[in-house]
Amino acid sequence: MSTGSRSVGSFDWALILIYLALISIGWLSIYSASYNPEIENFFSLENLHFKQLIWIGLGFIIITFILFLDSKFFERFSSLIYVVAILSLLLLFPLGKNINGATSWFAFGSFTLQPSEFAKVATALALAKYLSDIQTNIKTLRDQLRAFLIIAIPALVIIPQPDPGSALVYAAFFFPLYREGIAAVYLILGASVVTLFVLTLLFGPLYIALGVVGIAILFFLKNRKRRPSKMLYLGIILSCTLFSFSVNYIFENVFQQRHRDRFNIVLGKEVDTQSIGYNTRQSEIAIGNGGWTGQGFLQGTQTTGKFVPEQDTDYIFSAVGEEWGFMGSGLVVVLFVLLILRIIQLSEKQKNEFSRIYGYSVAGILFIHFAVNVGMVTGLLPTIGIPLPFFSYGGSGFWGFTILLFIFIKLDGNRVNEW
Amino acid sequence: MRKLLLLSIVLSTGLLFMGRLFYLQIYDTSAVIKSENNAIKVVYDYPQRGHIYDRNNQLLVSNQPSYDLMAIPQDIKPFDTLGLCKLLGIEKEKLLKELNRARRRASWLPAVIVPTMSTEDYAYLGEQMHKYEGFYIQKRSLRDYQIDFGANFLGYIQEVNQSMIKKDPYYKSGDLIGRQGVEQQYEKVLRGVKGVKRYQKDRFNRVIAPYKEGKLDTLPVAGRNIQLTIDAELQKYGEELMVNKRGGIVALEPATGEILALVAAPNYDPALLVGRERSKNYTQLDADSIAKPLFDRVLQGEYPPGSPFKALTSLIALQEGVVSTENKVYCNGGYRYGGKKPLGCHHHKSPVQLIDGIAYSCNSYFASVYRSTIDKYNTPQEGIESWRKHLASFGLGNFMGYDLPTGRKGLIPNAKMYNRSYNYPTYRWGTTATISNAIGQGEVLMTPMQMVNFTAAIANRGWFYKPHIIKNISGVDTIPSKYKEKQVTTIEPKHFEPVIEGLNNVYNYSGGTANFLKVPGIEICGKTGTAENSIRIDGKRVDLTDHSVFIAFAPKDNPKIAIAVFVENGYWGARFGGRIASVMIEKYLKGEVTRKDLENWVLTHSLEEEYQKPLLGKPFPINDGKRISAKFLAEENQEL
Repeated sequence: MSTGSRSVGSFDWALILIYLALISIGWLSIYSASYNPEIENFFSLENLHFKQLIWIGLGFIIITFILFLDSKFFERFSSLIYVVAILSLLLLFPLGKNINGATSWFAFGSFTLQPSEFAKVATALALAKYLSDIQTNIKTLRDQLRAFLIIAIPALVIIPQPDPGSALVYAAFFFPLYREGIAAVYLILGASVVTLFVLTLLFGPLYIALGVVGIAILFFLKNRKRRPSKMLYLGIILSCTLFSFSVNYIFENVFQQRHRDRFNIVLGKEVDTQSIGYNTRQSEIAIGNGGWTGQGFLQGTQTTGKFVPEQDTDYIFSAVGEEWGFMGSGLVVVLFVLLILRIIQLSEKQKNEFSRIYGYSVAGILFIHFAVNVGMVTGLLPTIGIPLPFFSYGGSGFWGFTILLFIFIKLDGNRVNEW
Repeated sequence: MRKLLLLSIVLSTGLLFMGRLFYLQIYDTSAVIKSENNAIKVVYDYPQRGHIYDRNNQLLVSNQPSYDLMAIPQDIKPFDTLGLCKLLGIEKEKLLKELNRARRRASWLPAVIVPTMSTEDYAYLGEQMHKYEGFYIQKRSLRDYQIDFGANFLGYIQEVNQSMIKKDPYYKSGDLIGRQGVEQQYEKVLRGVKGVKRYQKDRFNRVIAPYKEGKLDTLPVAGRNIQLTIDAELQKYGEELMVNKRGGIVALEPATGEILALVAAPNYDPALLVGRERSKNYTQLDADSIAKPLFDRVLQGEYPPGSPFKALTSLIALQEGVVSTENKVYCNGGYRYGGKKPLGCHHHKSPVQLIDGIAYSCNSYFASVYRSTIDKYNTPQEGIESWRKHLASFGLGNFMGYDLPTGRKGLIPNAKMYNRSYNYPTYRWGTTATISNAIGQGEVLMTPMQMVNFTAAIANRGWFYKPHIIKNISGVDTIPSKYKEKQVTTIEPKHFEPVIEGLNNVYNYSGGTANFLKVPGIEICGKTGTAENSIRIDGKRVDLTDHSVFIAFAPKDNPKIAIAVFVENGYWGARFGGRIASVMIEKYLKGEVTRKDLENWVLTHSLEEEYQKPLLGKPFPINDGKRISAKFLAEENQEL
């Protein structure tokens, strides 16, 4: 299977070192967050940190496997992998196990597998394959729709599990699309949608409609010498107002109360530290308790007292914040930023389009996870349950991110060999 | 361009997160405080509060155990309300009210539900407590008073309030702190230092382990016992004498400045401020705006000293050299100056010299020497300032530095004060404007504590130690050094002898104002005082019956006790003050009272009727409605 022409030394060691650093700090944090002094045996399967160590060990086997595969394997089999991933997601509906209200897992005895963690990799491969096809022209509407479809199918299958957080991650594929030349109007459209959404929740649709009309009139008057199209302005005004009213309608009538609460707390419309906002408040307290250098390993009062719910999974970053302080949590932020920037830098160097698009997808996915998770844990974003890559406890997630990253490392390692 | 989008978003997100982390971890410190509350259970180990003894090692104050029913509202599970009420012997409504109050305040903090249960209640309840989750019993130590007097200098202990916690973070909600008296003054000595144990809690409020392996835990430091300079027997006797009177008695040991007795009347039983009824009783005492039992008249009451001040007038005149013991002054029933109303005097032999002047308390004599004292200087301003400096050296007109937390400065007027009130230099003022100072009746004000202090300084012939109530702190075996520094007055020792001679003759002369108060076998030196006073009723000045003031020390040589007695509206100096001073001195020096006639008279005479007069809302006679005439004095067989 191996091409045999590459030495190990040509893999990008910067990425590998950052990866190793992140999983080490991640594992120590899980150790703290799940530490239970009553379990004396380190090798007990009751210890989450020991289980995570097993996942990491198995992860290394997967890494070895990936690095020894033929680099053309992924490009060649991307369609098949994609189909298998979609099928496994669909199979969850009849066969999945319900944990915490979401049917996102296959259960094999006490061992569970979350296919959505792997579907990201499959989607990235499929998108890269489609966009790098010589016949695809992303400037055409038809090909744009097809690309959107590749991204949307897994997301739409994941949403009703329900796992809207994991579905949100598929927004990451906007980055490779944009890099490959999709029109900037999508960017403006996307940004406007988000802005209008937030402003509507803050001020209500009536004020938004008035505001949009006002701004439109100002622009119209300013540009009137260029004889702007009245229809275009009218269209923009109408669609913005409609969007605003429908957001309001969906928020009030389609969203469940718990979703509304989460948004309201982050937008500062409600202050609730005991029930809904409890997670975020406890997380902020734990992080704040860290100070400059942290309370020290296993010394964080919030962490050892298990005050932060879900601290070994989604809220793991709060354990870093409390026990290692500004120095430690800042270092983690820097490592993530370096990791993503290095992936972007290497992607730009790829001569192979497939590798470049895949690299951008990896960077985008890691970024969305990092930004949404840390944003949530530090109280900047609403509570959206997605894991922090390489940190949060869980085999599927860990393997998913590892595979995602190491396929890129493998592709990058082959760069010199081609052509 | 397109290459830069993700790159710049990633970089700015990284910067945003660094900023957020900096805000949460470095800038905003409130999280640290919250996390302490959250995750650490702090258990305090309170040491026994130190005992208080009197100068003869009689135990005055010790401790008794007391048990509070506590609850942490958020931990309470549904329970048998009626069953608990029955155990506690309280109404269901009261229990629910207390629980609601605790819940409203902070549902995660322990709150006292039923304070100070009896030991029997506790023993009974203790076996049943496991049924009531969220409730527990906290043992506390309350004061156990062995005596029913001395509340004014002992003080009391109470639960700390929020402002005290803010001032001194040592105290946590529910802690006890000494208030007033020696309990407040020697709070740190008596309380010791509480021990602290910290436990790590989890989010279910369960203790999971000692916090940081107990490395931060501390052991309690026991409170120290203290010994007071108070003579409990004398104190008790003094309080008995003062029943139905208002005012105070303070006695010092001149050689040391030790306070032997500090009687403020009316007083109250210190046990009133202990236990379940404490707050109710305190409110009641505090609300008594007429008798004001919480107002320590000995330390806080500022009164015109009256005639005892004449001793100081004499000393200053002698020191300034404006008079000798030979100078004679004629008294024609008053001192006339500037064509105004004379400063009146009573009938006595004339002319008088210094010693007789004191013995007969001749107003004319002292007005004359006071005038010479002030007029020695070119201006009355300089004269007053010189006079004031002498008085200040006796500890007058300022805080005295004794070790009790309340007090007043008294008032010794200075030149500035007269300048202001006479609008100098537009108008001028002369010595005669201040002539009432000569007899302690003008602007001069003193607390009884200040009066006894100058008495002790006279007894010592020119020096004193700052009065203090602490005799010993166990384990420290020393007292604050400021009570070991001799304070020397500006008067040379030789000038004291004639004054003391005069004070002695107050008792010895047949016409001396305290002749009938002599105690066999003891040479007492003393001085009567009769202080005019008034109050305002509906904005109008209304004169009240004169205060009875008396200062004394004994024996004349090598004095063992100095005393000041102040009885509000006691009519004249010797009447109450003089009698009380005589029996107190005898009690202290001999251990028993032979002048039973004096003792009985004091015990059987009440001034309550006198105190009621201004409250009745109609005009009333003062000083029994009589002029103090020779005939009247003869009838009473007493001297003024």
